[in-house]
Amino acid sequence: MATHAGGLTATRTVLVRGLRRGFGARTVLDGLDLEIGAGEFTALLGRSGSGKSTLLRALAGLDRDVAGSGLVDVPERSSVVFQDARLLPWQRVLDNVVLGLTGPDAQERGRAALAEVGLAGRERAWPNELSGGEQQRVALARALVSEPDLLLADEPFGALDALTRLRMHELLRELCTRHRPAVLLVTHDVDEAVTLADRVLLIDDGRLTVDIAIDLPAPRSHRQPRFLAYREQLLRALGVDQKED
Amino acid sequence: MTASVLTRPQTAAAPLPTRRARRRLGPGPAIPFGAVLGPLLLLALWSIGSAAGWLDSRTLSAPWTVVTTAGDLIASGRLQDNLAVSAQRAALGLGIGTVLGTVLALVSGLSRWGEALLDGPVQIKRAIPGVALIPLLVLWLGIGEQMKVTTIVLGVFVPVYIHTHNGLRSIDSRYVELGESLRLRPAVFLRRIVLPGALPGFLLGMRFAVVGAWLSLVVVEQINSTSGIGYMMDLAREYGQTDIIIVGLVLYGLLGLVSDGAVRLVQRKALSWRRTLAD
Repeated sequence: MATHAGGLTATRTVLVRGLRRGFGARTVLDGLDLEIGAGEFTALLGRSGSGKSTLLRALAGLDRDVAGSGLVDVPERSSVVFQDARLLPWQRVLDNVVLGLTGPDAQERGRAALAEVGLAGRERAWPNELSGGEQQRVALARALVSEPDLLLADEPFGALDALTRLRMHELLRELCTRHRPAVLLVTHDVDEAVTLADRVLLIDDGRLTVDIAIDLPAPRSHRQPRFLAYREQLLRALGVDQKED
Repeated sequence: MTASVLTRPQTAAAPLPTRRARRRLGPGPAIPFGAVLGPLLLLALWSIGSAAGWLDSRTLSAPWTVVTTAGDLIASGRLQDNLAVSAQRAALGLGIGTVLGTVLALVSGLSRWGEALLDGPVQIKRAIPGVALIPLLVLWLGIGEQMKVTTIVLGVFVPVYIHTHNGLRSIDSRYVELGESLRLRPAVFLRRIVLPGALPGFLLGMRFAVVGAWLSLVVVEQINSTSGIGYMMDLAREYGQTDIIIVGLVLYGLLGLVSDGAVRLVQRKALSWRRTLAD
């Protein structure tokens, strides 16, 4: 079933071998293997309950309480963007961005990161004063300010409205082109996956069932025939029947 | 197109059906000087009662007598001297009790062993009234300042502990996860997430603690004391001077109110990031 990914680069950023995770009697990840190359933008699709978040949490090292086995090798410098922006409400925006950042130029780097996500001038604002989209942009700035080799994003735009989501897609593409981290973007939105990723994985029953490279030129559009072809292929793999027009 | 736009105001000008204002679920805007209305009402009732002769001056002196007595006490310096002694005791007890309560709450909130060893004894202490410990404290520490300050400390540290501990434990686990994902050092985690997260609880505990400090003070100063507001009141009891007793009571009340107000002020400043019903 699995087709081989095209754009696997020579340097490998993530290596997962035989990953098993379970909650009680239920097996969520069943001997999963995965490699992600440096700078590769990978989207992970799956129905709810398919284990996509469990995989991301395993890569992020946030599942110490979960039973399981397997090899997980991720770079020391990796960042997580959660579905909720997860800003500390008692810290101002800039302090949220530089949280955990060390070095004398931390503040400067924080300001630069905020400017990059279009929030220059909002350094002193409280997270509560920002809109949902702005909060998620702060979260992106916080994730990228440490120049990570791997960016793990767990449905980061799931809680945003459609228009804001489109803007965030653009921003994320831009930031990733500039910083070149390897990305694992967990999503349930096929369009989002095809729009953003170099490679799309599909997880089902704790295993990767589809692994395809998305070979589309830069400004991707829903109207491109090949975009639609990828979309259809992934929807079919997800078990969604599409009506013939 | 234009015509339809032009005709619109006419339809809008037609009488609208009167709609009842939607019921607010929050408490609504603040009443100006709302906090003093209740006390003023009490004062008015008291004045009327005294003026009309319903209140015997041996039972309860009239407000104006209390004011004159307060003036005399200030003129002779008795009030200031006793107040200074009392305030010093309260401040010392409050300071030590706050530090003790906070440290215990941190240890017990951040480690399971700390909780296992500390939480039980504090809960037991909470169940024992402060007054009940005084006989034991007198035997151990005598009747000097040490005993008095210790009694206040014991009254203060419990609310600080309870509320700080509760605040700590109710910090959203998502923030702990965030800290882990950012690989925060324990010191940074404590400073950026734990302490600010527990601050609302701590400040609530402080509101109980400042009032509690004055309460404990009353108790200790009426036992074997030779100075302080409580002593002044106890002496007045022996001579049946209700006016002096009232001066002492009003003073205690004012001190409690002022210190509670001070903590609330700090609360408003320190928690300005919060948006709650009370704002």
